[in-house]
Amino acid sequence: MMKIPYYPGCTLSTKAKGYDRSGRAVAAALGMELVELPDWQCCGATFPLATDNSMALIAPTRVLYQAEQTGEQVAALCAICYHVLKRTQTALERDPAMRERINWFTEQEYGGRVRVVHLLELLRDSLGWEELARRVVRPLTGLRAAPYYGCLLLRPYEEIGLDNPEAPTILHDLIRALGAEPVDFPYNTECCGSYLTVKDPTVSETLSRDIVASARAAGAQVLVTACPLCQFNLDWPQRETAFGRTGEEIPILYFTQLMAVALGLPEEDWGVEGMYTDPRPLLRNVAQAAGAVPHPTPPPSAAGEG
Amino acid sequence: MRTVISLKNLRSQFVRDVEEISGEDLLACNQCGKCSAGCPVAAAMDMLPSQVIRMAQLGMTEVLQSRTIWICASCLTCVTRCPKGVDLPRLMEALREISLRAGASEINLDQLPPDLVRELPQLAIVGGFRKYIK
Repeated sequence: MMKIPYYPGCTLSTKAKGYDRSGRAVAAALGMELVELPDWQCCGATFPLATDNSMALIAPTRVLYQAEQTGEQVAALCAICYHVLKRTQTALERDPAMRERINWFTEQEYGGRVRVVHLLELLRDSLGWEELARRVVRPLTGLRAAPYYGCLLLRPYEEIGLDNPEAPTILHDLIRALGAEPVDFPYNTECCGSYLTVKDPTVSETLSRDIVASARAAGAQVLVTACPLCQFNLDWPQRETAFGRTGEEIPILYFTQLMAVALGLPEEDWGVEGMYTDPRPLLRNVAQAAGAVPHPTPPPSAAGEG
Repeated sequence: MRTVISLKNLRSQFVRDVEEISGEDLLACNQCGKCSAGCPVAAAMDMLPSQVIRMAQLGMTEVLQSRTIWICASCLTCVTRCPKGVDLPRLMEALREISLRAGASEINLDQLPPDLVRELPQLAIVGGFRKYIK
């Protein structure tokens, strides 16, 4: 199995454990073992936009240094970790003096050679959509899934370069490979409000409600994201309150959770517990409709569970 | 409101600070308004993003009182579309930094709904504190 150094980040170790769980499980089912960096810390969760102070680059540089001790690349699932690490890597590559200054401060010689990748990138570029489609044992036929990209996975294009920042397709292609139908909707790269949720939650709730409503209007049954902050911001306004629910909620899934169903993994590997909008009834129906197809080569985690 | 535009303000310390912190050239903006047209949070702002740049160009420190600089979520939609390549999120960050370095603080956890604070993902707290408090 190909080993890939992996940086989970703070949120995938706490609030978004299901993303981490499903991510590791689907990678393993596809022959990639995500090996957690032996020693890591938070990346800072924001890429510093002020140019006169390099303090905020220290944390992500330490992560890159840890990754460099392990190999040539580091994979992330969290779109924000990916954004911060990739932009830091780019900044240090373009400004060797800055790298030297940070190395002097941290007393760690970061050589500046680590390639920061997102799991989506590995699926597209190393595995390929056709191969992924071949590994699907429960095609998600008929499921209308709206890919929601958000901001930091795509922008700024000059530094991230994952996909077209205005008309991305990477999640569309993934959804199609899983046998589901990607649903286009006009808000698929619109901002969910990001950190505003700790300052002006009503603003981020308004943005998030508009995004979900737009996807629903386009006929989506689920939204698919790669970012734990988008997931939270979109799902939080759908939570059960004293007023109950509207009945218009739709599950906000990580792409890895959808993959876990399609790849025939057992339900505990879907990592779908504790979401404000429970996706289990829908996903169980989809899995059942696809039939209990036995996995041709059961992954080790599924062995012995009968 | 009467505003005097003078060369003194155009080359003020404030303008130099904004340009130094952001690393951007304020006068590169020709006020086409594309940033304001596409800004997803414009509805919550008291002043449009392009107006913020205009005030900064003119050295009007009143721009620091605008809610807009704190509502900007750094989503980078504007910089993706700017025909002049102006990195407006960096300019917004510079304006926030100038306020924060002078002692401003924009988060009050006591005023947030307790059920939200309990549930917030870690990266929202870490990121939010870096954005809105020094």
